[in-house]
Amino acid sequence: MTLAIELTGITKRFPGVVANDNVNLSVETGEIHAVCGENGAGKSTLMKILFGMQSPDEGTMRIHGEEVRFSSPAEAIDRGIGMVHQHFMLAAQLTVLENVILGAEPVAGLGRIDFKAAEAHLREVGEAYGLDVDPHDLIESLEVGERQRVEIIKVLYRGARILILDEPTAVLVPHEVDELFRNMAELKAAGETILFIDHKLDEVLRIADTITVLRQGRTVATVKPDEVSTGDLAEMMVGSELPTPQTSRSTVTDELALSIKDLTVLDADGRAVLDSVSLDVHRGEVVGLAGVEGNGQNEFVGAIIGTEEVQAGSIRLLGEEIAHSTVRHRRNCGIGYVPQDRQQEGLLLFAPLWENAALGHQSKPPFANGRWFDRFGARERTEAIRGWFDVRTPDIEVTANSLSGGNQQKLIVGREMAAEPRVLIAAHPTRGIDVGAQAAVWDDIRAARAEGMGTLLISADLDELIGLSDTIVVIHKGQLTATLDPASVTPRQLGSYMTGSEDSDAELADGSAFEDADQDPGELQ
Amino acid sequence: MTDTTVTEEPEDTPDTRPPRAAAESRLRQAVISMAAPLGAFGFSLVASAVVLIAAGSNPIEAGRDMLEHASKLEVQVSMINRATPLYISGVAAAIGFKMNLFNIGVEGQYRMAAIFAAFVGGAVALPSVLHIGLILVTAMVVGGLWGGLAGILYTHRGVNEVIGTIMLNGVALGVIAWLVRRWQAEGSIVAVGVGTEPIDESGILPNLNFIPELFGDLRANEELTGVLVIAIIVGVAYYLLLNRTVFGYDLRASGLNPLAARAGGVPPRKMALAAMCMSGAVGGLVGMAEIFDKARYDPNFVGFLGFNGIAVALLGRNNPAGIAVGALLWAFLDATSDILQVTQTAPKEIIDIMRGVILLTVVIGYEVVRRMRERTEAARTAARLAEATS
Repeated sequence: MTLAIELTGITKRFPGVVANDNVNLSVETGEIHAVCGENGAGKSTLMKILFGMQSPDEGTMRIHGEEVRFSSPAEAIDRGIGMVHQHFMLAAQLTVLENVILGAEPVAGLGRIDFKAAEAHLREVGEAYGLDVDPHDLIESLEVGERQRVEIIKVLYRGARILILDEPTAVLVPHEVDELFRNMAELKAAGETILFIDHKLDEVLRIADTITVLRQGRTVATVKPDEVSTGDLAEMMVGSELPTPQTSRSTVTDELALSIKDLTVLDADGRAVLDSVSLDVHRGEVVGLAGVEGNGQNEFVGAIIGTEEVQAGSIRLLGEEIAHSTVRHRRNCGIGYVPQDRQQEGLLLFAPLWENAALGHQSKPPFANGRWFDRFGARERTEAIRGWFDVRTPDIEVTANSLSGGNQQKLIVGREMAAEPRVLIAAHPTRGIDVGAQAAVWDDIRAARAEGMGTLLISADLDELIGLSDTIVVIHKGQLTATLDPASVTPRQLGSYMTGSEDSDAELADGSAFEDADQDPGELQ
Repeated sequence: MTDTTVTEEPEDTPDTRPPRAAAESRLRQAVISMAAPLGAFGFSLVASAVVLIAAGSNPIEAGRDMLEHASKLEVQVSMINRATPLYISGVAAAIGFKMNLFNIGVEGQYRMAAIFAAFVGGAVALPSVLHIGLILVTAMVVGGLWGGLAGILYTHRGVNEVIGTIMLNGVALGVIAWLVRRWQAEGSIVAVGVGTEPIDESGILPNLNFIPELFGDLRANEELTGVLVIAIIVGVAYYLLLNRTVFGYDLRASGLNPLAARAGGVPPRKMALAAMCMSGAVGGLVGMAEIFDKARYDPNFVGFLGFNGIAVALLGRNNPAGIAVGALLWAFLDATSDILQVTQTAPKEIIDIMRGVILLTVVIGYEVVRRMRERTEAARTAARLAEATS
C-alpha cells in the first residue's frame, strides 16, 4: 500500500520552544490514523504544518509519494488535503450550500454563482460518502454534530482525499460521536484517508487503524489498537520515567488558605463546565491540578480570580467568602495570579515594564498612594523585581513586548511573588520558557510555600506537577475525579485519570488508596 | 525537553546601572516620538507646495503671507480663540481613545450641552461665580449624560460605540432643531432673533484681554476667551488623571489589553461607561467659548468642533501637550486661510488639502516610528541578554 502522508524529521521551533522535534509520521492511504498526545505535545503544530499554515524549519513532507512544500493552506487543498478545525468556521446566517461553496463558488456567465451546479455537486458528495444534510438549512438551525458534518462536506467538496480532523469529538455528545465514527468509517470505505487528533483514548482505540503518540514534540510510538490498552497509551503520552519528587520537607499546615465548596460554573449555553467542585488548599501547600486541557481548568481558575461568574458554591480565602467579590477585592486580599497565556492575560505589551509590574496590584502600595498612582514607588519596585527575579532588560522603560518570553514570564512571576500573596494561582507558570528560568520559577514558588503561601498549580508538565505539588487532584469533565499523592503516583495512573479511562473514582477518592495501588489501571478496561 | 534554548546563568547579578541610563532611555524615546509629527509636518509642507505649484501659485509667497498675517496680535488672539474649543474637544476624544473607544459623538455632546447650558444660564439670575459655575456644570452634566447614553448602549446592549455616538449625533441635532423651533413659537425670544434667552452679564465668563493688551492694543469687540483658562485646567486634569491616578492607570490598562486589565482587577464595563461619561462631560465644555461670547445659543452655533477634535487628538497622539500643538496648528491654518483670499496668492482650499496631508502623514509617521522603536528596543534587549550570558 502506498503512503498517503510521509513526514520525515519535521522540526519546528518557536522562540524558546521546540514544538516539533524530528517528528516522523507515516499514514497509509485509506486508513484512519489517530495522533495522540498531551496538550503541548506538538499535535496542533504538526497538523498546521501538514495543512500549510506553518512551514517546518527542517524535514520533508511527501504526499502520495511526492515531495511537497506548502506555503499556504491553498496549496495543501490543491494537493487534496482538507482540514476540519476544532472551532467551526461557518457563517451561521448562511445556508449549508452557501457555506460549502464559500470561497470555491462555481461561476456561471457574468460572475453569477451557479447554485444549481453547486447543489448537484454537493448532493453527489453527500451521497458518495453517506453524509446526510439538507443544502438549504440555515447553519444556525443545525446541531453541533450536523455542523461538523457540514465542515467535513465542505472539505470533501473541494476534492480532499486526505482529511485532517482536529479533536473532532471534543465538542460532541456521545450519540453524535457514534454518528461521526459511522461517517468516518464510510469515508474510509470510500477510500479517503483520515488523520485525526484526539486524546480520549477509548475513542481512539475504537476507531483508529493506527495510532501515533507524540510527547514533548517527539514521536514516541506508532502502534496498532489491538496491541495496546488505554493504560499503555496513557503511559506513552505522559512518559514512563518518574521524575524524582523533591525531597524538601513538607511545609503543609492545617490552616486553610483557600477553601472551595461545591463550586459550579456554567458556560454560555447553561451547561455546567465546573460541576460542584470542592477543594482545600492549606497554607504552605502546593496543590497540583492535573487534567487534559478543556476539562474545566480555565473556568476553575476564572472562578477563583473572579473573571468567571460563580453559579453556586462558596470560595473562602482565609475564611472570608469571596465567591461574588470583585476581581480587585480578591487580588487585594492576597490572591496572586500567573495566567496561562502571559501575553493575552498577563501583560500590557506596549507599556513600559514598570507599568506592567503594577498590573493587578495598582491600587495598593507601593504602586498606589490612596487614589494616586505612585510612579516613583512603581519604578522602585520594578527595579527590585528585576534584581530579585533576574529579569534581563536594558532598563525598566522598555516595553514588555521587547522582552523574550522567559523574561516576560519572570516579570509576571516576580510581580506576583513580590506582592507576597497568601494564595497563588499559577497556570502553566513555566510553559514555553527555558530550563534556567523554569528552575528559578520553581524555587520562587517553593520559597513562598515555605513561608505559608498556598498554591494551586495548573500544569500540563507532569514533572512540574509531581515535583512541586504536595497533593495532586485530577480534573475531568468539570469534576475532580481523584486525589493523588505525588510521592507514590505513577505517570501511568495519572495519565489514566486525566484521560478518564479510569472509572473506579470512588475507590481512589482519597490519596491513601494509591499507597497499595499496584494493580494496573489499564487492565481494568 | 526543550533544552536547545538554555541560557547560562550570569556570574554576577544584573547590574544596577545608574539612573542616568533610564533617563537617557526616556530622552531617546522622547526624541523619536517628536520625529514623527515634525517629519510629517515637513512632508505636508512639501506636498502643499507641490499642489500650489500645480495650481499655478507661488508657495513661498503664500507661506509668507500666512506667516505675516499670523504675526499680527489680533490674528494671534483669534488663533487662540479658535484653538481653545478644539483643544477641549481633542481631550474629550483622547479620553475615549485611551480606552480604545472611538467617541465620534463629541459633536452631538457639545451641542446638546451648549443649548442646555445656555438655556439654564438664561433662565436664572445668580451671583456671578454661581451663575458661571451653574452654566459650566450644566454643560458637563448634559455632555456626560449624552456620552453615557452611548456608553450604556455599548456596555449593556453591545451597540458599537462608533455607531451609537454617530446615531446620537443625529438625534442631538434633531432635538436641538425641535427645541429652537419650539422656543421660537412660544414667542419668548422673537425680539432678539431665534435662540435661547440671553444670559445675564453675571453669567458670562470674563475675557482675558489683559494678556494681549500687555503686547499692544486690541480692536473693539476683540476678546481673548476666558475659556482658555478652562482648557488649561482640562489639560492639566487630563494629564494628572491619566498618569497620576489609579483610575487613569486602569483606563490605560483597559485600552492596552482589556483581558489583562480584567485579570488585574479592572472591571471592563464600568471603565467603558466611565470613559464615555467623562469624554462626554469634557466634550460638553467645547461649546462654552461661543456661549460666553454670544451670551446664548442660536442656530448659527459653530459646528464640526467635535470632528476636528478627533483630528487634533490624533495629531497630538492623545498627549495633553501634543493635543495643544495640534489645536494651535489647526487654528493657525484656520485663522490665516482668510488672508490667502485677500491677497489672492493661493486658493483658500489649499488649507483643507494641507490639513488632510498633515493628518495622514502624522498618523503614518507615528506608526512607522512605533515599529522602529519596537525594533530598536527588541534589539537592545537582545543585545543585553547576549552580553549577560556571554
